[in-house]
Amino acid sequence: MGSDDQGNNDVGRSGFTRRGFIQIMGTGAVSASLAGAAIAARSKPVPPEKVMDAENTVKISLHVNGAQHAVLVESRWTLLYVLREAFGMTGTKEGCSRGECGACTVLIDGIPRYACMTLAVEAEGRRITTLEGLMSGEQLGPVQNAFLEEDAYQCGYCTPGQIMAVEGLLRKNPTPSLDEIRIGVSGNLCRCGAYTHIFRAAQKAADLKKR
Amino acid sequence: MLPSFSYVRPETVKDTVKHASARGAALHAGGTDLIGCLREGIMDVDKVVSLSALADLYGIRETADDGLTIGALATITEVAENPLVRNKYPGLAQGASEVASPQLRNQGTLGGNLCQKPRCWYYRGEFHCLRKGGDMCYALAGEHQFHAVFGHDRICVITHPSDTAPVLAALGAKLRVAGPDGGKTIAVENLHVPPRDNVLTETVLGPGEVITRIDLPRPAANLKSSYRKVRARRSWDFALAGVALALEMDGDRVENSRVFLSGAAPIPWRSRSVENVIRGRRLDDKTIAEARAAIVENADPLPGNTYKLELFKGVIEEELSAMGRPE
Repeated sequence: MGSDDQGNNDVGRSGFTRRGFIQIMGTGAVSASLAGAAIAARSKPVPPEKVMDAENTVKISLHVNGAQHAVLVESRWTLLYVLREAFGMTGTKEGCSRGECGACTVLIDGIPRYACMTLAVEAEGRRITTLEGLMSGEQLGPVQNAFLEEDAYQCGYCTPGQIMAVEGLLRKNPTPSLDEIRIGVSGNLCRCGAYTHIFRAAQKAADLKKR
Repeated sequence: MLPSFSYVRPETVKDTVKHASARGAALHAGGTDLIGCLREGIMDVDKVVSLSALADLYGIRETADDGLTIGALATITEVAENPLVRNKYPGLAQGASEVASPQLRNQGTLGGNLCQKPRCWYYRGEFHCLRKGGDMCYALAGEHQFHAVFGHDRICVITHPSDTAPVLAALGAKLRVAGPDGGKTIAVENLHVPPRDNVLTETVLGPGEVITRIDLPRPAANLKSSYRKVRARRSWDFALAGVALALEMDGDRVENSRVFLSGAAPIPWRSRSVENVIRGRRLDDKTIAEARAAIVENADPLPGNTYKLELFKGVIEEELSAMGRPE
C-alpha cells in the first residue's frame, strides 16, 4: 500500500477501492471454485511429469486467486516474476529476492511461502493466493482492514507480505496468542519497525475474521 | 533473473536417478537453498531435476517396528508439527521448529535440510575459496565469528548449517538412498564429509544418489531427546551454538547418551567427550560441571570465535540440568 492509500480519507472497516484491481481479476473467476474444489480433494497434490528445455518457454497453468491462468514460462522464472510481470499482480512485492525479507509472501495451498524462492513451474497444480485474492470485489478483506485500522505500516513496502503472513497464520490458527503472532510474522522484515502495530493488527484481524 | 537451466520433473525414482546422474544436474526438493545458490552463481547447474512428482517421497508414518519413516519431501513445518514426531522424538520437533523462518520451514524439506550448502560468506560471496576449487580458505584469516571451533583442521572453517542433522544423528536416524547402483542405507551420522577427507563436497552422496526417506528407530522407553539452538536473533539465523541430546535415562541417571553439536564444525559434531562424562552417572552438579569442561575439549577456536566455547559450556549446562529434572 503506497502513499495514495494513506491519503484516502474513506478508509476503515468499510474498505476502499484499490485502483487497478479489476484489471487483474478479469479472467476465469467463475470456473475457479470448481477447479479449487478438485485440487483440495486430493490429499497430497503431486504435479504431473514435466520436461522443459533451457530458455524455451513452455505453457503452464497456474491457479491464482480462484482462477486458472495459462501462461508461457521459462524454467528459471520464479512465481514472483510471473505474478508481477506476466499477470500484472503487483500486490506481491520484490524485496531481497533471496528469501530473507518476506515482501513476496504468498499463500500456496493456504500456507505462506516466499514467491521469490519458488519456481513458477513448481507451483503448477497448487492453489496460489496473493494480496489481490484477499479482496471481495472492491472490499478489502479483514486482515487488510485490520492493518489500515491499526496503522500497521509506515512506508508500506513490506505490508503486502506481512498481510499474507497474518492471513496464513489465521487460517491455521484463528485465535493466536501474541507469541504465536510474533512467530507467525517472524519471516517478514519491516525496516520501518512497525512491529508493535503489526502484532496489534494481527490480533484485530483475528477479531474481524470472527464477525 | 536466474541463469538458465533445463528442468525435468520425473514421476519415478528410477528416472530421477537417471536424470540426476548427468553432469551438471542438481536436485530440487523445496528449492530454498538451490534457488539461492543459483541466484548467487555458486553452483554451475545445467539441469534442475525436481523431486516434487515423486509420491513415495512424501508423508510421515509409523513403521511396523514402532519407529518412524519420514519422506525426504516432508516439509520442515510438517516435521515440527507432526504429533508422532512430537511424541516420540521431541528433540527432532524442536530442531525443525528452530529452522530459518516460517515461510522457509513451509517450503524447505527434511531431505534438503540435510544437504544444504555452507553459509560461509566467502563461499556465498565472490571468493574462489578452497571449497569452490580455489587455493585458500578466506575465513581462516578473515571474518570468522560464526565459523567452526571443531573439526576444521584449519583447512575450511565452515559450520554445517542444519538444525535437523544433529538431532537425527543423535537419534540414530538412517537415510534410504536410491542411486545408479540401486538402493542403500546411510546413517545420518555418516552422511557429512569433514574437510580433511574432501573439501569439495558436503555429503557422501554421489552423482544420481537421492535421499528418499529418513527412518528413525523405535525410541527406547526411557529415551529423552532435545535440541537447543543459540543464535543472534530469533528468526532466520543459523546456530551460533547448538546441542542435540538423545539420552536414555534411568531416573536422573544416564544409561546411554548421544550428543551432537551444531554451529560447531563443518559437519554435525559428535561430542564423545560429553557422552563419556555423563554415561552411567546422575546428572548432578558435579557431572554437569565436568560436562561443561568436556564439551570444549580439543576445540580449536579461531581468534574471532572463542566466544563460542562459553556458549557451548552454558548450553550443555542448561540442557543437562533440564534433562536431570523429574518430569
